[in-house]
Amino acid sequence: MTIRYPYTGEGAAGFDRYHHAHTPDFLRGLYFSMLRIRRIEEEIERRYHQDQMKTPIHLVIGQEATSVGACAALAHTDLLYSSHRTHGNYLAKGGDLKAMLAEMHCRITGCVGSRGGSMHLIDKRVGMAGTSAIVGGAVPIAVGAALAARIKGEDRVTMVFLGDATTEEGVTSESLNFAALKKVPVVFFCENNFYSVQSPLSTRQPPRDLHQWAATYQMPSVAVDGVNVLAVHDAAALAVERARSGGGPTFIEAPVYRLRAHGGSGDDTHTGYRHLAEREHWETVDPVPLFEHFLRSKALLDDAVISDMEGRIANEIAEAFDFALNSPNPTKEDLTRHVYAD
Amino acid sequence: MPWDEGLVNSLVYDAPDPSEGRVVSYVKAIHEALTIGLTNDPAVFVMGQGVDDPSAMFGTTRGLQVQFGVDRVFDTPLSEEGMMGVCTGAAMNGMRPVFMHNRPDFVLLAFNQLVTHAAKFHFMDNGQTNVPMVVWAAIGRGWGSGAQHSQAIQGLLLGVPGLKIVMPSTPYDAKGLLLSAILDNNPVCVFDHRWLMKKDGVVPDGFYRVPLGKGTYRRRGNDVTIVGASHAIELGLQAAMQLESEGIGAEVIDLRTIKPMDEQIILESLQKTGRIVAVDTAWMKGGVCAEIGCLAAEKGFRFLKAPVARVGLPDIPTPAGYTLEQYFYPDAARIAAAARSLLR
Repeated sequence: MTIRYPYTGEGAAGFDRYHHAHTPDFLRGLYFSMLRIRRIEEEIERRYHQDQMKTPIHLVIGQEATSVGACAALAHTDLLYSSHRTHGNYLAKGGDLKAMLAEMHCRITGCVGSRGGSMHLIDKRVGMAGTSAIVGGAVPIAVGAALAARIKGEDRVTMVFLGDATTEEGVTSESLNFAALKKVPVVFFCENNFYSVQSPLSTRQPPRDLHQWAATYQMPSVAVDGVNVLAVHDAAALAVERARSGGGPTFIEAPVYRLRAHGGSGDDTHTGYRHLAEREHWETVDPVPLFEHFLRSKALLDDAVISDMEGRIANEIAEAFDFALNSPNPTKEDLTRHVYAD
Repeated sequence: MPWDEGLVNSLVYDAPDPSEGRVVSYVKAIHEALTIGLTNDPAVFVMGQGVDDPSAMFGTTRGLQVQFGVDRVFDTPLSEEGMMGVCTGAAMNGMRPVFMHNRPDFVLLAFNQLVTHAAKFHFMDNGQTNVPMVVWAAIGRGWGSGAQHSQAIQGLLLGVPGLKIVMPSTPYDAKGLLLSAILDNNPVCVFDHRWLMKKDGVVPDGFYRVPLGKGTYRRRGNDVTIVGASHAIELGLQAAMQLESEGIGAEVIDLRTIKPMDEQIILESLQKTGRIVAVDTAWMKGGVCAEIGCLAAEKGFRFLKAPVARVGLPDIPTPAGYTLEQYFYPDAARIAAAARSLLR
């Protein structure tokens, strides 16, 4: 058996179940967002070896459908908390690409002024509220944000992205317990990509479904096809609506595959921790072309539309890299700012 | 009843002079600060294991849940790290949580959230977020508290940028500093000492603040400076009394806040006395004593007439039994002896 973690979804056929409820513009918008993230990630990857981005990177190539589908279910004023793998979350929540690339180039114009790097892409103006480079670190913080909204009576849902390994952190159990106890408006979105760096799930947990584990905390918990952007969206929308209407937290598990290494550029499958056949198996359900083919089959996309999208994206990326590379570095005076709040 | 109630009740302090103002207990002073904090700002909430139980966190939270409701004063699961993260997230989104712990030992379970998240976010996100929260705990001592219920952890936290650390020694300060901590826009650790809780003092009614980062003179003297915070100041003042009877004038400085530390007051006194005894309720190594000693060597070297002396805990875990304890904890006599040794 060379495929340890096979894809178990319905593939392209899975879209049939969901697309009827959505407008063509909405569907094309989802595709555009996924394509944009993919192209941005590819360009970051292409340039990474030039060593101008002196920051760790954690690419989301293969995981675009989760960020895009989930964020499409959030209002602008809703909050998103994230882990170290932030690029897709930040972009899908509406974060500015120029500020993101400037941050990765360690410039003062970066979204956090070169204090965070790629693992801390934060922009509160768009609800990209916080990230943690410690696995599980953002999970209780998201619960606290949701508690604040409930105490203040604010119409605001908080979502937090986590990975399969996050479910192993004690603090995640603590957070699920408290969220369910207080019925706070939070959505736990678990991207299960089966590997923590290079450690497979099977060496870390007994055989179980993560969403069934979460269900023991007495909250609705579901699994969705993580490569199907519409399935992700609909599950997220249901959870967000539940949270907004006082129904408390939801846990969503989305199996998905990281088509690149844990960190840095390129794939590391050749190092032997996972089989090439497994990655190739998941490439057949790469979320971006999978959705493209579906939309083409419904005559919602064609070469001209895609070409237009590609052109806009390429221009935006080129401009954003120019902006980043031509931005000033921080000064010595910047170092001492914001250690304490006034 | 907390297990050390009998011991704490047996402690004897000098009674304050009622002609100087309203006299209340240390516990009542904390209770007043929490009540005022909750009353003045709907963003303040108080949580912690047992804040609504019959013991009411040594009495400091008694009746607050009835007065302010279960949404603003509530018990928590035994999830120190998770709840510290909940506080952090709430603080990042407009609330001012006060997270209370029976002992600092339990805060150690939450270091990831306190040290790596709460203290870092304001810097990491370039000032987009403030994290105004209070982490309160009572340092234990005696009656079998032992290695896991008596740790004074301020030394471990001194090296964490972004945190403030408050250690009151009087009821007046316990109230005024806690109110300052609640109003501060940063994570502030407030460590009260269990042995101070039966101390009475003059405490004004209503709202007032004691500023963070400013020390104060508790006693004036020309020969030696005794400097520290919390219960170590109680012992330092007793030592100063002993020294006075021998003709030695000890100046006692209560730092009140050990981070940020009031360097100016320490150096001002050191310039006058030329001798310094750093005192603390915690371990001497790498802690408050070490930091004061380093300050004296670094910025006050030209004032020094004698080596720096430290009186804190030895590099040994706290023993549980009372016989071993008396060899472990320093007392006023030890502080006085340290001061005397500098004058020889």
